[in-house]
Amino acid sequence: MPPEGASIETLRARAALVARTREFFAAREVLEVETPLIGHGLVVEAHLEPIPCAVRGAGADSLPRHLLTSPEGPMKRLLARGSGPIYQLAPAFRDGERGARHTPEFTILEWYRPGFDHHALMAEVEALVRALMPERTPEAFERRTYRDLFRDAAGIDPFDTSVAAIAAACARLGVPLPPDFAASTLDDALDLLLVGALEPTLGRERPLFLVDYPASQAALARVREEPDGTRVGERFELYIDGVELANGYHELGDPAEQRRRLEEANAARVASGRPPLPIAESLVAALEAGLPPCAGVALGFDRLVMVATGHDTIDAVRAFPPE
Amino acid sequence: MASYSTSDFKKGIKVELDGEPYLMVEMDFMKPGKGQAVYRAKLKNLITGRVVDRNYRSGDSIAAAEVSEFSVQYLYHDATGYHFMHPESYEQYQLTEEQVGDAAKWLKDETKVDVVFWNDRPITVTPPQQVQVEVTYTEPAAKGNTATNVQKPATVETGAQITVPAFINIGDVVKVDTRTGDYVERVSKG
Repeated sequence: MPPEGASIETLRARAALVARTREFFAAREVLEVETPLIGHGLVVEAHLEPIPCAVRGAGADSLPRHLLTSPEGPMKRLLARGSGPIYQLAPAFRDGERGARHTPEFTILEWYRPGFDHHALMAEVEALVRALMPERTPEAFERRTYRDLFRDAAGIDPFDTSVAAIAAACARLGVPLPPDFAASTLDDALDLLLVGALEPTLGRERPLFLVDYPASQAALARVREEPDGTRVGERFELYIDGVELANGYHELGDPAEQRRRLEEANAARVASGRPPLPIAESLVAALEAGLPPCAGVALGFDRLVMVATGHDTIDAVRAFPPE
Repeated sequence: MASYSTSDFKKGIKVELDGEPYLMVEMDFMKPGKGQAVYRAKLKNLITGRVVDRNYRSGDSIAAAEVSEFSVQYLYHDATGYHFMHPESYEQYQLTEEQVGDAAKWLKDETKVDVVFWNDRPITVTPPQQVQVEVTYTEPAAKGNTATNVQKPATVETGAQITVPAFINIGDVVKVDTRTGDYVERVSKG
């Protein structure tokens, strides 16, 4: 039986990657910060489930507390307070996520760059990844739009399609349809096609940034209107060898729009039979006080270690699997 | 009827799909960046052995298959099929040739096999991983040749054809891996 969790050799490689990450940001004068992992208000997402926790002495109120799904809320509050560029290497928690590349408690590397747009930040993500594993990344990274990917690989325009057309593309590409697929939202249908047939092919020849998502998948990214009228979310994801490594945004700064999207995420939760979650009011307040124009990215640090050390499960790069 | 929802999915659960029993042999959890989780399952039909791919999304569920498995003893084979007996209750079960399948090659008196029942109906038979059988025919052993790399065909008491090392004789009892049909070792000399 192989030991449960990472070998000591892998843990040494992991520690070296952590050290080089800190050197990278120190050289660029990005400040390392630590923010609370437990909170009441959440950056609610339709498909992220926080882990509730009971805390005594956190405050006189009886409000529910959660382990945060990412440090995004508190870090944006620091930006609004005038921190300048910041990064954090921290645990994050997501309930119900378990598989070869998922575990409910994992390590996130998240950073924010005032004055950057998503393209400038992609260049920095590329610089970091190439600094951490030069032998795995000899070539410059590719950038490809979400629209081009779906057009070339699946024959559909994701900005002008239907669930029926996506079902047909799934059939052509050998992706079995889940029950009640016809009742899917367009985004859920696109997601099935993406994970079922497209993702495994991404970043095989060289690392790939997938950019410019449909506005409905913008999450917390700015949305811009293209000359042809399509609305594009200024969001990117990084893939290496079919593994999704990072998700970044040209960050939304408008507090009213921020509140609308958090409420929309809660509405999607309710529509699929899950309870709404408390919204991060402190984040909306920070945006009202003024978030500097910036771009931010969250990188799955465990997955980066997987790619750098040639492992294909997240358990192989963490000290222990979840109990 | 009991059912499994996606959060219960794991290798080894038995489910009912299109009116037939399946075993979940693989399960992958996939999740696009900001999107909905997809559970990709490989399901093996417990009657035909065929494996199918299916996708499910958070909140979907599959009916649980009422499948049980226990050990029975082989009695005899006749025109009506194969006959087995529960070692404690002495209850007898009759299975068709199709249900017994390849396991028939390794059945001899009192061999214990695992039978899978679905809704109280026997559907498949798994022989022990290794069986000990007597060699009933093989060419005479080459004198002094104890090398294991020289192989020859042999017939064993259950009727199965296997390949054995050159030093094996008629009457020897050998151990065989039933999953591959491969010779493992000689148990006793005839």
